[in-house]
Amino acid sequence: MPRLATKKILTTVIIKTETLPVMAEHDVVKARQMVRQWASEIGLSLVDQTKIITAASELARNMVIYGGGGTMEIQSLEQYGRRGVKLVFEDKGPGIADITQALKDGFTTGSGMGLGLGGAKRLSNEFEIESTPGQGTRIMIARWK
Amino acid sequence: MNNDLKARIASLLEEQQEMLLSEWAQELQAQGRQQGAISDKDLKQQCKEFLTLFRDAVQGEEGGKGENLRNMLGNLARSRAENGFTPTETATFVFSFKKPLYTVLHKEFSKDSNTLIEVIWGVNQSLDRLGLYTTEVTQSAREEVIRRQQQDMLELSTPVVSLAEGILALPLIGTLDSARTQVVMESLLQTIVTTGSTVAIIDITGVPTVDTLVAQHLLKTVTAARLMGADCIISGIRPQIAQTIVHLGVELGNVITKATLASAFKIALDMQGMKISRVAPVGAMTSKA
Amino acid sequence: MMDRIPILRMGQFLLVTIQVDMHDRLALALQDDLTTKISETGATGVLIDISSLEIVDSFIGRMVANISAMSKILDAQTVIVGMQPAVAITLVELGLSLPGVRTALDVERGMALLQNPRVNMTSYAQAGDEENFDDSDNQN
Repeated sequence: MPRLATKKILTTVIIKTETLPVMAEHDVVKARQMVRQWASEIGLSLVDQTKIITAASELARNMVIYGGGGTMEIQSLEQYGRRGVKLVFEDKGPGIADITQALKDGFTTGSGMGLGLGGAKRLSNEFEIESTPGQGTRIMIARWK
Repeated sequence: MNNDLKARIASLLEEQQEMLLSEWAQELQAQGRQQGAISDKDLKQQCKEFLTLFRDAVQGEEGGKGENLRNMLGNLARSRAENGFTPTETATFVFSFKKPLYTVLHKEFSKDSNTLIEVIWGVNQSLDRLGLYTTEVTQSAREEVIRRQQQDMLELSTPVVSLAEGILALPLIGTLDSARTQVVMESLLQTIVTTGSTVAIIDITGVPTVDTLVAQHLLKTVTAARLMGADCIISGIRPQIAQTIVHLGVELGNVITKATLASAFKIALDMQGMKISRVAPVGAMTSKA
Repeated sequence: MMDRIPILRMGQFLLVTIQVDMHDRLALALQDDLTTKISETGATGVLIDISSLEIVDSFIGRMVANISAMSKILDAQTVIVGMQPAVAITLVELGLSLPGVRTALDVERGMALLQNPRVNMTSYAQAGDEENFDDSDNQN
C-alpha cells in the first residue's frame, strides 16, 4: 500500500547519517563505494546512482588535492515523499576565492580537466557551496529519486 | 469532555446503533446519486465499521488517538479515489453522520443544554477533522495516480524498435522535455547494449518543435551512444526545424542528419555493409496461383 | 606493493581489462605501463575494456583520453570498448565527450575495428542522399 503519511509529507525525515574522513586518495574510492551502497539502498535508478557517485568522486578528489583532506557526511533522507541522498563535503583548506570562476568548465588551478565543480553541479539535483578563503570549503549536493 | 461523558456517548452509540445506521443511510441517500459507484451492501458495511471504530475512539481505547478509525477512513478514501469519487463525496460520507448523531445526542442531553453544547462541540470537532482527513488522503491518492500515469506514459511513449540486424530506430513523437529525454536516452542506450546494435536512427518527424534545449538533449544522446561505440543518425528533420536549428545557433557537429527515415535507413544499411535489393515479387506470384 | 592492471598481448594488439574500482594512482600506473609496452612490443592497437567500470569521472576520463593520444603518437590506435549506458550518460552530463577516442560496443567489435579501420564516419553524411533504394542488383 502506498505510504500516505500526511504529516511527514511536509517535513524532511533523515533516515540515516554517517561521516567519512577523506584524507587520502584511497578514501576517494571508499567514498564512492559508500555513496553507491547508500544510493542503491534508497532505490535510486542506476543512472542516478552513477551520477551522484561520479559527483562525489569529483568533490572528494578536489578535497584531497586542493583542500588538504576533509570529511564527507552522507545522509539518506525523505522529503516531500521522495527519497534522496545528500552529501556534504567539508574541508579546512585554503578555500575558493572566486566561486563563479571555479564553477566554470575548464577552470582549474591544478592539473585536472577543470570539470570537477561544474560537473558535480550538473550531476546533482541540488548544489550549494560556501567557501571562505583561508578557512575552508563546504559543498552540499543531493540527488532525489 | 470528561470520561463519564465519553462513556455515556459511547454507550449511547451502542444502544442506538440500528437507528443511527438507518438514519445515516437515509442521509447518504438524500445527498443524491454519487459519481463514483459503490454498492449499498458495501456502503452499509462501511458505515457499520465506522460507527464501531468511532465508538472505540470516543471511549478512549488505544489511547484515544483513534488510530484505527483514521486507518479505516484512509483506506476508504483511497479506494474511493480510485473508483472516481470526488473529495467532496468522500468527505460527505463523514459529514452526513452529523445529523443522525446530533439527533440522538439532542434527545439524550436535552435537559442539560450546557452539556449538550459541550458534547456537540466536541463531536463536531472530531468529525470535521475526520472529514478533512479523508480529503487529504483522497488528494494524495490522486496525486499518486497522476504520478504513476506520468511514469507509465513516459515508458509507453518511447519504443525502441529494431529495423535490421544491428540497426535500431527510435521514433520520437511529441514534445521533448528533460524528464522524457532522460527516459528516451536510457532506453535507447540500454537497447543498444542488449541487442548489440551499432547504428541507431533517432527519427524526429513527430516532434513539433526543436528548441535549444531539445537540440542539446539530442546531441547528448548522440554523444553518449558514441561513447558506447554506436553511431546515431537523426532523421525526419523538417525544413522549419532545420531553420530553427540554424537560427538558434545550435552546433550539430558531425552528427549525421537526414531528411527522412528512409534515407537514414539506407545510410545505416551502408554502414552495416548491407543493402536492400529488388527481387521477383514472391508474394504476388503465390497469391495468383 | 601496489597492484597493477594486467596488460595482455594478442598479436599486434594489447588488451587491457579494467575490473576494479580504480584509484588515481592505479590509473596513472596503467598510463605508464601501456605506453612502455606499446613501444616495447611495437603494438599497432590497444583495446581497453571498461565494461566492468561502474563510474568514469573526470580523472579516469582524462586518463583514457591521454592514453588514446599518447598511443597515437606511438603509432597505435586505441579503442575503448563496453562503456555502460549509465556511465556514458554521466560522462556526457559531466561535460566529457572524449573526442578523438575511438569506441566500440564490445571486445569483438573493437578488435574488428582495429583490424579493419572503418571508413571515416563523416563520409556517410555526404553520401547516398537518394530516396530510392538501389535496385540495380539481382536483376541481371
